[in-house]
Amino acid sequence: MATANDYASDQDVRWCPGCGDYSILKQFLTVLAQLDADPDRTVVVSGIGCSSRMPYYVNTYGVHSIHGRAPALVTGLRMTRPDLDVWVVTGDGDALSIGGNHLIHLLRRNVKAPILLFNNEIYGLTKGQYSPTSGVGQRTKSSPTGAVDEPFVPTALALGAGATFLARSIDRDPEHLRTVLHRAHGHAGSAFVEIYQNCNVFHDGAFDAFSNKEEKALHFLPVVHGQPLLFGPNQSHGLLLDGLVPRTVDLTEGKWSANDCWIHDETDRVKAGILAEMHGEVRPFGVLYAVQRPVYEESVAALPPTETASSLDEMFAGQRTWEVL
Amino acid sequence: MKSEVVVLFAGDSGDGIQLMGNAFAQEAAHEGHAVRTFSDFPAEIRAPQGSLSGVSGFKLQFGGDSVYTPGDQADVLVVMNAAAYKKYQNALKPEGLVLANSSGFDGRNAALAGYAPGEDPLEAVRAKYRTVAVDVRKQVSAALVESSLSTKERDRTKNFFVLGLLCWMYQFPQEQFKSFIRRQFAKSEALQAANLLVFEVGHALGETLEVSAAAPVAKAKPAPGRYRTLVGNQALALGLLAAAEKAKLPFFFGGYPITPASDILHELVRHRRSDRIVFQAEDEIAAAVAAIGAAYGGSLAVTASSGPGISLKAEAMGLAVAMELPLVVVNIQRGGPSTGLPTKTEQSDLMQALYGRHGEAPMPVLAARSATDAFDTAYLAARIAVECMTPVLLLSDGFVANSAEAWKFPSAADLPEITTSRPDGPPADGNPFAPYRRDANGVRPWAVPGQVGLAHRIGGLEKEPDSGNISYAPQDHAAQVAARAHKVNRVRRYYEPSACECGATEGDVLLVGWGGTYGSLKAATESLRSEGVSVAHLHIRHVYPLPEDLGPLLRAFGRVLVAELNSGQLLQLIRSETLVDARGVNKVQGLPFTTDELREAVFHTIAEIR
Repeated sequence: MATANDYASDQDVRWCPGCGDYSILKQFLTVLAQLDADPDRTVVVSGIGCSSRMPYYVNTYGVHSIHGRAPALVTGLRMTRPDLDVWVVTGDGDALSIGGNHLIHLLRRNVKAPILLFNNEIYGLTKGQYSPTSGVGQRTKSSPTGAVDEPFVPTALALGAGATFLARSIDRDPEHLRTVLHRAHGHAGSAFVEIYQNCNVFHDGAFDAFSNKEEKALHFLPVVHGQPLLFGPNQSHGLLLDGLVPRTVDLTEGKWSANDCWIHDETDRVKAGILAEMHGEVRPFGVLYAVQRPVYEESVAALPPTETASSLDEMFAGQRTWEVL
Repeated sequence: MKSEVVVLFAGDSGDGIQLMGNAFAQEAAHEGHAVRTFSDFPAEIRAPQGSLSGVSGFKLQFGGDSVYTPGDQADVLVVMNAAAYKKYQNALKPEGLVLANSSGFDGRNAALAGYAPGEDPLEAVRAKYRTVAVDVRKQVSAALVESSLSTKERDRTKNFFVLGLLCWMYQFPQEQFKSFIRRQFAKSEALQAANLLVFEVGHALGETLEVSAAAPVAKAKPAPGRYRTLVGNQALALGLLAAAEKAKLPFFFGGYPITPASDILHELVRHRRSDRIVFQAEDEIAAAVAAIGAAYGGSLAVTASSGPGISLKAEAMGLAVAMELPLVVVNIQRGGPSTGLPTKTEQSDLMQALYGRHGEAPMPVLAARSATDAFDTAYLAARIAVECMTPVLLLSDGFVANSAEAWKFPSAADLPEITTSRPDGPPADGNPFAPYRRDANGVRPWAVPGQVGLAHRIGGLEKEPDSGNISYAPQDHAAQVAARAHKVNRVRRYYEPSACECGATEGDVLLVGWGGTYGSLKAATESLRSEGVSVAHLHIRHVYPLPEDLGPLLRAFGRVLVAELNSGQLLQLIRSETLVDARGVNKVQGLPFTTDELREAVFHTIAEIR
């Protein structure tokens, strides 16, 4: 049985000590081992940023491309090499700012690849500027008095772009993360995974509410297909739908029970929209949405050939030739 | 016997002018004439009907072996309306013939073309030129009175009526035109029948009109072989496909619509197969980066665009330089900067091709000189890309892209073989695979995912030699910059020795050109040489790196003139690389050189040096 170490490259990992990326890399390598992935048929493709260094640390084929363009590179690679197992590793700046266009088009086309978006709400590699997921008011090197841009909610953006798979996980919950990575890998199409990742240097503690022992239960809403949406210590709270408005309720009050709560259906597009937009104190984690739609590269491969010539010589001749003697 | 004839077709952009011109060009070529064409169309798809801005033009020259260009002043001007005449009234020789559609010269059309009220533009034509006026609209609607077509559809057969008339004038066999019409309208019997009918009516009218059949026109004596006609963008596309097949590689094209490069996308998608993937990307950047992804996966990958699109691909080209992957980047140049002149030709992206990337990022740059040469140059560009593991820039331009020519197509078996640096397997000595270990020509191995034991990581960061591991070490960076430059310089091993078109090795003046000005320079040089002027013509295909034997050749001439459709870009390169005191002949009007302009420049230079 292969282990995570078998999938680690011989390169020194150069993230800051304490970075959330270490845990994500570890879970990723573990998942590769659990999948018994063929290193000769696996390709990890990234853009630019802290997260995008990851391909160097994985002992498979890998491309560290240019800022924001990994989805475009993967589209070309998957179209020509559908036999390969391709992963995309990206960050909030890479995927949602400079590469926003490529991401939305990858999603609408449904190119088969998990997209692991490490969201730390900051530009780390360039040393601390606000990113498209930074909150309003977030003070950074380039927003000393607080950012004024409304942030993207990545899951909502991805769903709007036509994603067929949406999930969220977090660096500090290894088991949860591994489960989500397995689901993403198994999805036939683009699998968008937002991974909350702590940047302990420039935006430390951004996701403490979803990882700290004391707070996590009240903020981390696990979504499981077919199960009611319950959270809190001993599942003390639940989520129900009031029309199209999600409401969190305290089940200990005796007014509501788990039976009143919203049963998660990961194939429901409308409810996925509600979950994807939930960006307050309580946020859903797990697979928010997963449906089947034709995979782009398979549709392309199924197109009828337009070439009528059966050889280069016939192609050169075209429809009409004449002979000069 | 006339040695050549220039016909200029002009009308509304909805009149089917380009189709009419191309049909005539095809038939002329088929009849054994040498043919060159030039499309001059507006950027607007349907500018207001009858307006000056909506005029579309198509010029062609046909005749004997001395035809190298679409010609300058026309012998025959076909005008479908008053605006077309107004735009091209000075493009005709004084003794030329105007063939006018009189229905396009009525009061409304005259007003749209900007003629004063009461002014009769047709009278103005008659006062200046020999004129044959035919009410084409009336003729086609009479001919099609029993047709089921709508008035609009009937009206749109006008171009084939005019072709019928021209077919009679030049005594071309009717059957060839008719089979063109059958192919063109294969999808609609009604349109096919209507166009065939008006063609015959036009032809018959020629016999009854006072216009006499034109003097016979010389034919070319082309080399024996099989021929077809095609335009530059088609030839370029075929060259790329041929290279992929000869290299036994799958083919990938990433494109994004842009004038005048889109026809490459259109042509390639007509040759789609399981091993030829054509991808219309979300933008120019993605088109280039998807191609890099395909190249990484082992395809012969190509992206094509025009000026502004190439600017967007610059970052991707840098990545391809750093990753050392084969990639062909095609630039069909147009007038710039910015949106500039989208449908006009120019050679102003040469500096961009050479230097338009950050860092020291050398790429071989090749330029296609004519429609048929676009095949050979594209093939060679792809071969260099694959065999040298480098992105290559292939320059063409709006003129070459749309210019039609007869092509003596090669046999696939005669095309040079293309080999790849694909490793067979992991190193036999048990050491880890070294993706950046170079061969004697500086070429790295092209291992692709799926190859067992060759897994490796590459990217845009600087690399340690051999292993390709990330390295910021000063000596490693210096070594890699030098190695990439050396590899590109070694591309010179593919060059033919530099030689003048006419074979001259010395003389008073040397006209140097590159790309789509080939025909203009050749025509001007031949006409001057026939008058005893000591001038020669050198045309450069490999713009970067320049051939090493260029300097000695240039120095054998009294004065070197670099003629190009920009303000002096190759001129700067030649001066800096050879230290020859060359001078520029420049034109930036969005138009090709005329023979007279080049002759004038040579005469002026000879007067100066004497």
